[in-house]
Amino acid sequence: MNIFVCVGSSCHLSGSAKIVELMKNAVERNNLNDKVKLSGAFCLGKCTEGVSVKFDDEIVCGVSEDNFDETFQKYVLDKI
Amino acid sequence: MRKFDTKVQYLKYKILREVARYAMEDRLLDCYTEIPGIIVKGPESTMRCCIYKERAIVSERIKLAMGGDKSNPNVIEVIDIACDECPVSGYNVVHDLCRGCIAHRCEDVCAKNAITFDENQKAVINKENCVECGRCASVCPYGAITNRKRPCERACKVNAIHMGKDKCAEIDNNKCISCGACVYQCPFGAVIDKSFILDVINLMKKSRNNECKLYAVVAPSISSQFSYAKLGQVITGIKELGFHTVVEAALGADMVAYAEAAELAEKKFLTSSCCPAFVDYIHKQFPDMVEHISHNLSPMAAIAKYIKETDENAKIVFIGPCTAKKMEFQKESVKPYVDSVITFEELQALFDGCGVDITKLDEGILDNASYYGRIFARSGGLADAVSQAISEHGIENFNYDPISCDGIEACRAALLRASKNVLPNNFIEGMACSGGCIGGAGCLTHGVKDKNEVDKYGREAYEKTILSAIGFMK
Repeated sequence: MNIFVCVGSSCHLSGSAKIVELMKNAVERNNLNDKVKLSGAFCLGKCTEGVSVKFDDEIVCGVSEDNFDETFQKYVLDKI
Repeated sequence: MRKFDTKVQYLKYKILREVARYAMEDRLLDCYTEIPGIIVKGPESTMRCCIYKERAIVSERIKLAMGGDKSNPNVIEVIDIACDECPVSGYNVVHDLCRGCIAHRCEDVCAKNAITFDENQKAVINKENCVECGRCASVCPYGAITNRKRPCERACKVNAIHMGKDKCAEIDNNKCISCGACVYQCPFGAVIDKSFILDVINLMKKSRNNECKLYAVVAPSISSQFSYAKLGQVITGIKELGFHTVVEAALGADMVAYAEAAELAEKKFLTSSCCPAFVDYIHKQFPDMVEHISHNLSPMAAIAKYIKETDENAKIVFIGPCTAKKMEFQKESVKPYVDSVITFEELQALFDGCGVDITKLDEGILDNASYYGRIFARSGGLADAVSQAISEHGIENFNYDPISCDGIEACRAALLRASKNVLPNNFIEGMACSGGCIGGAGCLTHGVKDKNEVDKYGREAYEKTILSAIGFMK
């Protein structure tokens, strides 16, 4: 699975660096290094909706520290 | 608020703007012959002997705006009919100013006995003996000896431009580093950088049709430009043109600073690789020093590489102050990452050619890089960033001693000493333009406060350290 965390200007200011860190830790913790490729993307086109993350072809907006675990479960763990 | 420093820039801009407008309307090839009449309306001439010559020169400028002479690898070209063939008499005595004094300091200081005196006791320079050292001019108490050197030759610190056949300026491509100093200084606008705006317009159209995703990578020196509007409005304007998004080249600078610090600690001596004119200068004038050039890509190429690796649909245009970048992006090592390069002058022409008034737009956001990446735009910034990167790496057993060379003459002095092993420093930050990138020939304006603008922009960065800016890549 390819995961792109948006690190474009808007998402960056909304705290995408933190989401990248959480994502790296979650991938590590679940031993998904072989199955998941994590990268940054510059702008997924949803600049006003909080941090955007693209899981393969699906874009999820408004990812935050609060809903991170839930999001990771739904879009990564449940699908792999 | 003035958009340009000089009327020559304004003239060049008007042609680029019209070319952009016609190209956007898909009628450039049918109608480009109309443009000279739009620029030079007549019936009175305002720049040259007659409107027909003015229009002929505009036609030549149009060719350069459309990419110029494809057989000439250099991006800097001379428009021969625009060259005013300025006199090149070198040092001369201005007879009205020479008082025919008794001291004759000019005569005493001349090592070549080139100065004699006429029947009125006024100095005369014998051109056969004169070696143009300029010492007589420096000692004359009346300032009566002047150097009539061509502005292009005076601007060119690497001696690449000279009077050629028919007295017209000629560029020696074996020496030219494409820094654009002559372009900015020629009072007749006879030396011009080729433009790739047509390639960029094609990419903009493709991006609008979703055939590619067009990224603008903008240089941090943009902070001192477009001062008649807000930076955020410029960002929105670039997106209005059809770009998918805008990314800071300064983030590439963060990446470069971090990698360069590690490379420096390993190799113990390096010269920077960010400024393409400086790198070209080393290749042309100090070939023995080439091995010491940092192996890192430039910030432009580094960030473009990252984008291309994560988005296979990406096309990338660098927008900056630099004419030498127009050479760099054609290098084999950079070509795969950067698709085209334009200057701030050309961006202004694109805005106006496409009817985008940035002062009317909402402010977009541009924030990818750290303070350190952003201050690359001014002399000394790169050296500061490498210092920061050394401490962020936790490198302790290395005594960092940089020298920041502001302008190509300072670069030359440092390289000369380094090549003889007498340079005490272990890192050469080379910037071909005076002041760093903010002094670039492709800037709309150059001002004494530009450095402060860059520093201010640096302090506004959300990320305060290099690692926090590039953390997502690790």
